[in-house]
Amino acid sequence: MSIATQDTAIRTGRVMRTLIYLVLLLFVLFYMLPLYVMVVNSVKPLEEITGGGMMNLPQVFTLEPWAKAWSSAQIGVEPTGLSPYFWNSIKMVVPAVAISTVLGALNGYVLTKWRFKYDTIVFGLILFACFIPFQIVLIPMAKMLGLMGLAGTTWGLVLVHVVYGVGFTTLYFRNYYAVFPTELIRAAQIDGAGFFQIFWRILLPSSGPIAVVSIIWQFTNIWNDFLFGASFAGADSQPMTVALNNLVQASHGVKEYNVHFAGAILAALPTLLVYIVAGRYFVRGLMAGSVKG
Amino acid sequence: MGFLDIDNTTKSYGAVEVLHKVDISVQEGEFLVLVGPSGCGKSTLLNMIAGLEEITSGEIRIKDNVMNGVHPSKRNIAMVFQSYALYPNMTVGQNITFGLEMHGTPKPERDKAMKDVAQLLQIEPLLDRKPGALSGGQRQRVAMGRALVRNPDVFLFDEPLSNLDAKLRVDMRTEIKKLHQKLGTTIVYVTHDQIEAMTLSTRIAVMNGGYVQQLGTPQEIYDTPANIFVATFMGSPAMNVVPAKVALENGRPVAQVSLFDGSTVALPFSQNNMSDWAGKDILLGIRPETITDEDAADRKSSNIAHMTNRIVVTEPAGSDTFVTMTLGGKDVIARMRSDADVHPGADFMFAVNMEKAVAFDPKTENRIAP
Amino acid sequence: MALSTNADFKTRLQSWLPKLVLSPSLALVLVFVYGFILFSVYLSFTDSRLLPSFGWVGWENYSKLWRLSHWEISLKNMGVFAALYIGICTMLGLGLAIFLDQKIRGEGMIRTIYLYPMALSFIVTGTAWKWFLDPGIGLENVIQSWGWTSFEFDWIKNRDYAIYTVVLAAVWQTSGFVMAMFLAGLRGIDNEILKAAQMDGASNWNLYRRIIIPQLRPAFLSAFVILSHLAIKTFDLVIALTGGGPGRATELPATFMYSYTFSRNQMGIGAASATIMLMTIAAIMIPYLYAELREKK
Ligand SMILES: Nc1ncnc2c1ncn2[C@@H]1O[C@H](COP(=O)(O)OP(=O)(O)OP(=O)(O)O)[C@@H](O)[C@H]1O
Ligand SMILES: [Mg+2]
Repeated sequence: MSIATQDTAIRTGRVMRTLIYLVLLLFVLFYMLPLYVMVVNSVKPLEEITGGGMMNLPQVFTLEPWAKAWSSAQIGVEPTGLSPYFWNSIKMVVPAVAISTVLGALNGYVLTKWRFKYDTIVFGLILFACFIPFQIVLIPMAKMLGLMGLAGTTWGLVLVHVVYGVGFTTLYFRNYYAVFPTELIRAAQIDGAGFFQIFWRILLPSSGPIAVVSIIWQFTNIWNDFLFGASFAGADSQPMTVALNNLVQASHGVKEYNVHFAGAILAALPTLLVYIVAGRYFVRGLMAGSVKG
Repeated sequence: MGFLDIDNTTKSYGAVEVLHKVDISVQEGEFLVLVGPSGCGKSTLLNMIAGLEEITSGEIRIKDNVMNGVHPSKRNIAMVFQSYALYPNMTVGQNITFGLEMHGTPKPERDKAMKDVAQLLQIEPLLDRKPGALSGGQRQRVAMGRALVRNPDVFLFDEPLSNLDAKLRVDMRTEIKKLHQKLGTTIVYVTHDQIEAMTLSTRIAVMNGGYVQQLGTPQEIYDTPANIFVATFMGSPAMNVVPAKVALENGRPVAQVSLFDGSTVALPFSQNNMSDWAGKDILLGIRPETITDEDAADRKSSNIAHMTNRIVVTEPAGSDTFVTMTLGGKDVIARMRSDADVHPGADFMFAVNMEKAVAFDPKTENRIAP
Repeated sequence: MALSTNADFKTRLQSWLPKLVLSPSLALVLVFVYGFILFSVYLSFTDSRLLPSFGWVGWENYSKLWRLSHWEISLKNMGVFAALYIGICTMLGLGLAIFLDQKIRGEGMIRTIYLYPMALSFIVTGTAWKWFLDPGIGLENVIQSWGWTSFEFDWIKNRDYAIYTVVLAAVWQTSGFVMAMFLAGLRGIDNEILKAAQMDGASNWNLYRRIIIPQLRPAFLSAFVILSHLAIKTFDLVIALTGGGPGRATELPATFMYSYTFSRNQMGIGAASATIMLMTIAAIMIPYLYAELREKK
């Protein structure tokens, strides 16, 4: 990951080191525990769970709960499984991530390389938007989406996520471009490149790492969102998190824990995959975005 | 009217004026060096010529066309930056031709121009590399190539050599000088290295605190500095400045300066107008190389004065030996030949070439003679 | 950059482009964030119930709000939750970071494991912990089936203890991230200072207490700001883990606002509670952002 591995000057004794390894291992178990519980219980029959075997490996291995969670579990009133909601989430996440990242890149470019009076204040205004408790905008947002004819639609959710995500993407690109040498921009100006040509030919080719950070961050945040999905989604635009919650909280019938666990893993899979594949950028992004405002 | 005119130009950031009424006219083919300490406004002035900074008041003209408000790319100038500012994602070849591409030059022409420049600067083998794979000196060449290929009216250099190590800096300095002699282009060059300024320029503008202190040829700046700042900024070691009193001896003006033991010595002026200052205090400027032993004194000089003073420190530096003494209550450095017979603590008879001495008004610090 | 009166048209356009490009984002934020905040604050002074309405009622919603035991409970819960969540995450994060900073074999692997919960949705986290802590099938049941039949662990169903299960799940989710922040801080400390201190004969304990931890001040500050803002926004986790129950034992301001606005049709009171949440976050974030942005100039 991005955190540089370097030698500390500190030396510790043998007993102390053993103790340290023990503690670290203990916490490995702590952090792995829920994942273990979800995985093992998603592939065993329901009776094994209710019979007190939650911590055991499955005696009978079955993918039945996965199939059910995906395609036939009762979500709300329809026995559709989670699959339609999975696609709802995809349809919402892809455009929202793309738009907010592009806007963030352009904003970062302007705020660092085309500075103007009060640009820090403008940035502050945009940035503060990330941190507001979203409860404060729920009511007017619902009304606004209605006025715009976007109530209950995927595009409505895209708009919401773009608006409340653009602060983070702007922050990332601004911090990244701030250390990009301004002399390069000046050289390109003298060479006759215009505003967009400089962005496209000079800045963008060097923006790979931060674009990855921004995309992963936005993808994770938007995929994992529940509040906006629960507040603004219609029947056919509900995202995965809302559907999973409906599945788990359903008050009727037998509680099919194994199906719930399978569903939870399904909901977590995309972000987990992204984290494992591109984890180092993810961490770097978190650090860049939060340690330094 | 010159080729490049900077006409009563000022620059302010908010309420702070960082350049005050700068007035410089550069002729075609001139090599003007802007020199001064850090923060004096050199880069700001250069950026204003380039169009990268707005002009607060006054005018900048190139070939009699007013440049205020004209986009940098339309001024027909080229700039070499301190960090070279090579586009990291493009090859050397693309870096050099990017400007032509932006101006819509067709590809065959671009390639030809690139080849010519690469040949001139001997960077042909590097054309397909990225800047990241070049050494400092090579990057410097590429940056110059990018400027040359445009065939501009004016070249602007902002401390182009300051990121190079000492040896390379000297080599590149020579190369820039050769290039200027060969191409005869007009150059404005920023540096805070006074040796660079002296060796490269046809004229120097010495700046301090947003003012142009003096504008002149290297020789003028060195021999007749306009004020104490210019006198001490240009030259290494710096010009010695010692308090003195003007008196008349046999009707001739002399500078009375106190020696190490409190006794005074009279150093006659070459300039008769110093008589007007008789009885007043002045500051006397003496360059280290004009204080020597008798044998090394300048034979062409008609005014060599002598004084016996005590040597405090000697610093052999290869070809020269620097000798420190106390004069007028100040540490004064003399630049002697390395074989001069000098020892710390010894009394020694120095020869002072008063023809080269400069007098300053202690109040205004401006030069009063010669 | 440069422009003046006699600039040609293209140059003038170029000088306006940056602002033009920035303006859609700024407009979105001005309307959807600041405009909406004003609207919500306004609603908190009206008699809105199911739908927004504009009958001015002054401070009535606020005075009602402060008399509601429901609100009082959610504030108390918030206090307990925030204190424990911030405290435990910081201590745990710092401790693990220091331990991981001792040339640990497999550090990369361990770090990945500590951090992955951050990639999960609170709904997933809530679901996993909900069933794991459920006395019927989870930990209690498992231990009993292992033979310790009198073992009891029913915090999630217990009014007095349920809030601690929320803390547990939230700490699980974020402490790895705090660890990463401290680790980055530790790695940023100049090694020569540590060597010098060791030459001076400082023990490891003193090295950390006197030299290293004081240098982590920025990391502490960032951790505090981020954790407190996350704490105030906590919503999904409670919905998935306990649904605010049992009873109202795990209600937080965020869930309070949601249920008063959307299920109980008390929009005015909901807006008043949201306004209070905003003020609390603003009191923490604005000075922090102000300092950070100033420093950068
Ligand atoms: N954007 C700005 N806002 C306010 N003041 C500025 C700005 N840019 C430069 N200055 C001030 O203008 C003065 C001149 O700066 P400039 O960069 O021209 O100095 P310089 O002579 O090039 O110095 P150096 O040798 O260090 O490069 C400095 O005092 C600097 O602080
Ligand atoms: Mg400069």
